[in-house]
Amino acid sequence: MATPAAGLLSSCAMGGGDDNDDASANQGEKTAENPFGVKADAPLEVVIFNGGYGEEYAKAHEAMYSEKYPNAKITHSSTQEISKTLQPRFVDGSPPDVVNNSGAGQIDPGGLVSQGALADLGPLLDAPSLDVPGKTVRDTLLPGVVDVGSYDGKFHVLNISYTAYGIWYSTKLFTDRGWEYPKTWDEHIALCRTIKAAGIAPWTYAGKHPRYMSWPVISTAVKLGGLDVAKNIDNLEPNAWKSEAMKTAADAWHQIVKDQFILPGTPGLDHVQSQTEWCRGKAALISCGSWIENEQKDVTPAGFDMAIAPTPSLGAGDKLPFEAIRGTAGEPFIVPAKAKNVPGGLEYFRTVLSMRGAKDFTQKVSALSVVAGAAEGATLPPGLTSVVKALDASGANGFNWVYNNYYRKLERELVDAACGEFFSGRIGPTEFLEQCQKGADMIAQDSSLKKYKRA
Amino acid sequence: MRHGKYPLIITFLVPPLILYGVFVLSPYLQAFQISTTDWLGFSADANSVGLDNFVRLFKDDYIWNALKNNAIMLAVVPVVTIALGLFFATMLNMGGRGGRAGVAGVRGTATYRLVYFFPQVLSVVIIAIIWREIYHPNAGLLNSALKAFGINGPAWLGDPRTAFWCVLAVMVWANVGFYVVLFGAAMQAIPKDIYEAALLDGASRSVTLRRITIPLLWDTVQVAWIYLAIAALDGFILVQQMTDGGPNFSSDVIGLRMYNTAFGTDTRFGYASAIGVVMFFLTLSVAVLALRASRRDRIEFS
Repeated sequence: MATPAAGLLSSCAMGGGDDNDDASANQGEKTAENPFGVKADAPLEVVIFNGGYGEEYAKAHEAMYSEKYPNAKITHSSTQEISKTLQPRFVDGSPPDVVNNSGAGQIDPGGLVSQGALADLGPLLDAPSLDVPGKTVRDTLLPGVVDVGSYDGKFHVLNISYTAYGIWYSTKLFTDRGWEYPKTWDEHIALCRTIKAAGIAPWTYAGKHPRYMSWPVISTAVKLGGLDVAKNIDNLEPNAWKSEAMKTAADAWHQIVKDQFILPGTPGLDHVQSQTEWCRGKAALISCGSWIENEQKDVTPAGFDMAIAPTPSLGAGDKLPFEAIRGTAGEPFIVPAKAKNVPGGLEYFRTVLSMRGAKDFTQKVSALSVVAGAAEGATLPPGLTSVVKALDASGANGFNWVYNNYYRKLERELVDAACGEFFSGRIGPTEFLEQCQKGADMIAQDSSLKKYKRA
Repeated sequence: MRHGKYPLIITFLVPPLILYGVFVLSPYLQAFQISTTDWLGFSADANSVGLDNFVRLFKDDYIWNALKNNAIMLAVVPVVTIALGLFFATMLNMGGRGGRAGVAGVRGTATYRLVYFFPQVLSVVIIAIIWREIYHPNAGLLNSALKAFGINGPAWLGDPRTAFWCVLAVMVWANVGFYVVLFGAAMQAIPKDIYEAALLDGASRSVTLRRITIPLLWDTVQVAWIYLAIAALDGFILVQQMTDGGPNFSSDVIGLRMYNTAFGTDTRFGYASAIGVVMFFLTLSVAVLALRASRRDRIEFS
């Protein structure tokens, strides 16, 4: 018994080979047509996260890849548990070529990068677009796509759908009641009073995932104080959470707690429960990303006509206009560094980011592609149409932050808990920012975590 | 025949032993080894860091907070569950005092027994989801019922003052049924004439329970104690499904800390294994202590 057990000890969980000699065997000649040097008959393995977007869109992309490389055998599989399915293969040194690393069970991207487990996608950005003449892939992307997938300036994660984060409301409810979405903070508070007087709660939020409310707070601060507010948070600068802009924003948001504008019981609701209360007309405003329309599909009443709007401006001193909205790329894809067919993975991404691939994606999953202009001519549901409009209006003023990608624990656990205390009224704005800062300091001081700098 | 015995024994014993070694012992041993590394679980790379993980664990406030909650569970869950289990089992088996001769349960015993066992049939995740909806602050069964009396109930799982106790209550609820059946079965084994004698002497129900049933049931209670103590050190599934440790870590347990460190918000397998190793020793000590503390002379009825 001793011998096999000992053998297992050394070989099981952490064992695994780093012998990956056959990678070079899949390197073909690089030409203008074939900038990554794809070997025409090299097989390609694609693993898709089977979540809100399903897997049909990926099968279409694979078919497009096959048109160009008919001799390449494509292995397609899908799972809802990316980490459970694939982490052993990363450890083993035999990961698939393309991974849709998404969902609640995604593998921590920051951790993967820190271990050098991801291929550099830089060449993809500089390669010519497949079907947009005269442009490189980089030129075809919406703003922020490269930023959000970059770690220490290297592009490792390609996010293929574009998400806007903002405040959602039912245009039907607002039109029926003669309300107008507020552009300034004072208008917002006045509207909240009106809504409350009408017997509806002005606000609700994902009480059990209160980080959803950190988005409007940080957005308000960024619009007030400029892009550096977010950048300092991302780079774990000392006291970044306690900047003047963050203080003013937290003070402002504290009012919806103080004046009891939040639906009673909200802290006990999870995201879907709170969004459902909102769909049922119990609350007027909610903070969410553009996936909300899909998520609430089954319970949204006909004619609800949800729409997204940016956070209200604090005042004339704001550095960014009211229209500025947080837009970022989501639905991450990676090519593992130890994949057998790295060039094939890059070429697959070029297919996904071709205008044809992007338009097909938009149509199939009713989400925006990261390729600019891919939504033109597509028929989109009302919520998404409002997202397209909001992103257009925001244009170059769009902003984003990425600390949630670098240090997942900071947003998902620490800031999350602080938001819960703050928006349920147990702590005030000063303690709220203290608690966030304490979390950020804890991450900053943890020498076992790799730190990233946002360029 | 004698020389043929060993091949037979080996043939039957070796396969299960190998399976046990590969799938139970070897992961345990590996966890010990991994707990001394900084392994992140993304590649085969891991550096030995000695006892660093344990030092960090000792200084980690979130671990202590989770342990505190486990300690409360350990103090409350077994006592309440066993007390309720004994109470219900007694009522179902000898609670009836309808004036008839002999020892019988209260009216509707069969129905109660079935109903108490329901939670045992459901998977823990289902239980968690059902109770999440019961605790729903606006549309849940609990607050709707309270509203009928004009009371505005709290947010239950959304309030740090109540969240942990709500989960704990579900834990008791989910466990009681099994112990009612377990204790009930043990009570069936107690000779009826003992109870009849006690009845004749005019013993009340509570005296009968204290002086006769519990002493004769002690072995079973002891087993229940150990099972429940181990369950109280876990509590992972209910907590993860119902509150995910929130709000503000108020319902966190050590199992959830370990899970989140390895698979959740953090991906540090080395550190998570260290938590696992600590849990292993904690559970082991609690089980041994529970055995020791409840040791009594066995009472035989002949």
